[in-house]
Amino acid sequence: MIGVGKMKQYGNVLDKPLNKGKQEVSLSAFAFLFSELVQYNQTQVDNIGELERRLEDAGYAVGARVLELLCHRDKGNRRETRLLGILSFVHSTVWKVLFGKVADSLEKGTEHEDEYMISEKELLVNKFISIPKDMGTFNCGAFVAGIVRGVLDGAGFPAVVTAHFVPMEGQQRPRTTILIKFAEEVLRREARLG
Amino acid sequence: MARVAPRTGDAIFANVERVNAELFTLTYGAVVRQLLTDLEEVEEVNKQLDQMGYNIGIRLIDEFLAKSNVSRCNDFRETTDVIAKVGFKMFLGVTASVTNWDADGTCCSIVLEDNPLVDFVELPDNCQGLYYCNILSGVIRGALDMVSMKTEVTWLRDVLRGDDVFELQVKLLKHVPEEYPYKDDE
Repeated sequence: MIGVGKMKQYGNVLDKPLNKGKQEVSLSAFAFLFSELVQYNQTQVDNIGELERRLEDAGYAVGARVLELLCHRDKGNRRETRLLGILSFVHSTVWKVLFGKVADSLEKGTEHEDEYMISEKELLVNKFISIPKDMGTFNCGAFVAGIVRGVLDGAGFPAVVTAHFVPMEGQQRPRTTILIKFAEEVLRREARLG
Repeated sequence: MARVAPRTGDAIFANVERVNAELFTLTYGAVVRQLLTDLEEVEEVNKQLDQMGYNIGIRLIDEFLAKSNVSRCNDFRETTDVIAKVGFKMFLGVTASVTNWDADGTCCSIVLEDNPLVDFVELPDNCQGLYYCNILSGVIRGALDMVSMKTEVTWLRDVLRGDDVFELQVKLLKHVPEEYPYKDDE
């Protein structure tokens, strides 16, 4: 729809042809909007945990829609059904569409079988954000964690997803790691599928 | 200091960092949905979106001035033209047009055909009173507030409500004289 000049009228949003997703807006426009999202949510909560939960909820709604959109547009209405498949879908396809690049790394947790980590040196949403001292470990990446959870949940891989700052040697800013802990049923299913 | 020529919206947009419009669209959708859940009343959501826009506008004007090299506009006509041609382009990647001037040049319409905020959006029956893009009117009001112009910005047409384009009416209420609350020697 965007970019084709005259806007056409469609009775139903689903009748509208999907655009290719190449349209862009300035990073500032997004940063301003995201900052308002965070500031608004700050007025609605009493503590950091709640704030992260609310940002995650907002992200979840984005993730659920991204999954639907990408499966329909890029994958011919198919979606990944295996654990590694869906992880690589998040790490590559989703990241590329949303953030313009593949995520820096995707690793398996060393201590727990059910944990995976997606790390990003400079997460797009954290680019212009500095956390005040009194807000401790708060990470706006909770929004992205929510997106990841939304995608995974929609694809049938329920998981607990959280965002953490991880200090890096020789770097001034810590990187953000999105920690994915899959539900038991997911691992049981994977084991059964062999 | 040498005067630098103002840059076109296209030139600026080509040179700034950009993100996928879908991330922006869906995030804005998440904001609106969150407000609808929290505030329940559509009227309140309109107000909050306008407030958020205002907050953005008062900060965005700095970036706008810094990147566009636009100098003082001679009149309100020039101001709205710059908003439509440079402002919308450099932030949202779309251009708008200005029409419907009144006789004394203080009220006009900014018309948007493309609007990245509303992709995938349809207003459900219980949200018919919602001005989905109300954040935009807030942005314009906030930005102009910072350059001494008090304005009133209202939606006249909205594609989500069945119109063919988005039309924002911008009305100049008054020029606020610049005041320096501090003394020179401080």
